[in-house]
Amino acid sequence: MVSFAIIYYALLIIACCVAAFYRQRSGLIVLFVLLCISLISGLLGGVDVLINITIGVALLAAAGGISYSFRETLTYILPNEPAKLMRKAPLTAAFGLLVIIAYVIAAVFAPIIAPFGEAQVVGSSFAPPDDVMILGGDQLGRDLFSRLIYGARNTVGIAVLTTAIAFIVGTVAGLVAASMGGWVDQVLGRIVDILMAIPQLIFALLLLTIVGTSVVNLTLVIALLYSPLIFRLVRAVAGNIVVMDYIEAARLRGESTWYLTTKEVLPNITAPLAAEFGLRFCFVFLAISALSFLGLGIQPPTADWGSMVRENASLISFGLLTPLIPAAAIALLTVAVNFVVDWMLHISSGLKE
Amino acid sequence: MGGVLPLVGKRLLLGLVTLLIVSIIIFGAVELLPGDVAQQILGQSATQETVDALREELGLNKSPVTRYFEWLGGAVQGDFGTSLANKRSVTAQIAPRFANTLFLAAYAAVISVPLAIFLGVLTALYRNSVFDRVSNALSLVSISSPEFFLGYVLIAFFAVQSQLFPSISNVTSGMDFDERIYRTTLPAVTLALVVTAYMMRMTRAAIINLLASPYIEMARLKGVPNGRVITHHALPNALAPIINVVALNLAYLITGVVLVEVVFVYPGVGQLLVDSVTKRDFPVVQACCLIFAATFILFNLIADVGSILSNPRLRHPK
Repeated sequence: MVSFAIIYYALLIIACCVAAFYRQRSGLIVLFVLLCISLISGLLGGVDVLINITIGVALLAAAGGISYSFRETLTYILPNEPAKLMRKAPLTAAFGLLVIIAYVIAAVFAPIIAPFGEAQVVGSSFAPPDDVMILGGDQLGRDLFSRLIYGARNTVGIAVLTTAIAFIVGTVAGLVAASMGGWVDQVLGRIVDILMAIPQLIFALLLLTIVGTSVVNLTLVIALLYSPLIFRLVRAVAGNIVVMDYIEAARLRGESTWYLTTKEVLPNITAPLAAEFGLRFCFVFLAISALSFLGLGIQPPTADWGSMVRENASLISFGLLTPLIPAAAIALLTVAVNFVVDWMLHISSGLKE
Repeated sequence: MGGVLPLVGKRLLLGLVTLLIVSIIIFGAVELLPGDVAQQILGQSATQETVDALREELGLNKSPVTRYFEWLGGAVQGDFGTSLANKRSVTAQIAPRFANTLFLAAYAAVISVPLAIFLGVLTALYRNSVFDRVSNALSLVSISSPEFFLGYVLIAFFAVQSQLFPSISNVTSGMDFDERIYRTTLPAVTLALVVTAYMMRMTRAAIINLLASPYIEMARLKGVPNGRVITHHALPNALAPIINVVALNLAYLITGVVLVEVVFVYPGVGQLLVDSVTKRDFPVVQACCLIFAATFILFNLIADVGSILSNPRLRHPK
């Protein structure tokens, strides 16, 4: 154990020296901060902490390496235009894309990937991990790994559906408000103001008390509560478009409001809308998981990450980390989507300049 | 300064009107319940007599408008009626819990506000450096994680593995201050992690926006040293956006409290709200929602008024 610590510090110091020798300023700063953190935590926590740090750094490096090769592969496979975009993409965006694709595959092929059924009782309750159940069993003896895979389908699927509903409602209302103006705009604006005056989670709790907890209610309530934000964005962006001369020209041509919104306005606001979709998905996803965690969202026996954390949380006090895996799955997807959204926003702002 | 008071007064009035409308929504939402509330509470098997008795007790025979004004009148005087689940006064249940929630939120704010402003200003000044990128990535991870994830990670490491802090924050009224601080540290840190990340990113954006303004360029062009540009030109003007950011995030803190209280079994309003939602205890849910909404509106109002006071240009709307 002592030799591990010695090798660890020696490697870090050598790396610092190499960075300094080649005048890699940012690399040196990172390594030096890492060295300081390891010194402090090593003195306080002993070799175990150092091993944890090593594992963390190795995981980060592995993630970086995988996303790098993923980006290069995509650049190679894809046709000309998207390949050019991919080549300039930051590593974080490639990582985000990779994670999203992995989640989509897990969600679509869940019955094939998962060794057991969603609600199938395999072993004893809270069974420790073994060859049959890779991650062990949950409180009823169902396979945690299978439920995790099915959770991708249920949790993410419902979140995507909810975001889509919120988006359709918000976009239609926003476009109507922007293109019609006048009292319609005023009325919609005031309704949205009121909906946004109550914090979303609190409002969702209130509405769920009234309508009762079920997946349909959850979807509709969350969609209703998150559509005002989309309405505001669409109204603001479309408001800039409708004052353009070509809209005036189309109006003088005698085109209908329907034609104006679908053929003239909508194509011009797709880029910010796409980024907004990703961003809103994150918030909706977190809200649904939070409600499921509170026991008010997706109901058992449906496998869902939020409620899985709640059901197995008691294991944490025994030093087991398995209940954290579903929560980490939520966090990982949100981070990945955020990375991709950041990249998309960067592209769309870069093209404008 | 003559024009400030009417403007602030107008905002306050607007806030009051919003609160009134929100109270109508909170009250009216329960009215929208399909069928009869008494029937819903007692279930299908209830006899007509018990339903009638409960209707009488809840005052359901009066018109909704009368009941709304009675409810609002009571709420203004601090009386939210009686709970359906345990027949106790709602106010008596909420009052000590509200104090606990405020304590937790204040503790989280004390940690996060200075830290977030400090980090936000620093990342804005050294933008695109390694420090900026690392803190950017870390704050993104912190924002993206559900509060219960952060909470359980902290429990796993600081309560189970190293046993520095208790994993359950059972605060009682007779506890002295040190003990209280010790027990609320983990929930407060969880909340602070999320809020700090939001606040830091918003502060960073505000400061970067500010540094791009022409008078900063002017100051640089006339040869003012970098430090002086920041302390004399940038920071005084950064006050307005920072006040705004802090108030908005404190409003967010109020929502985040619900999840964190459940994770740490902290006896606050959020925990009560979630319990009451499960039991469908309408009076308690209504009261909790009204309190949360009022706090939320209040902080948004403070953000508004703060930016009016610190930015003279907003006092003369074009």
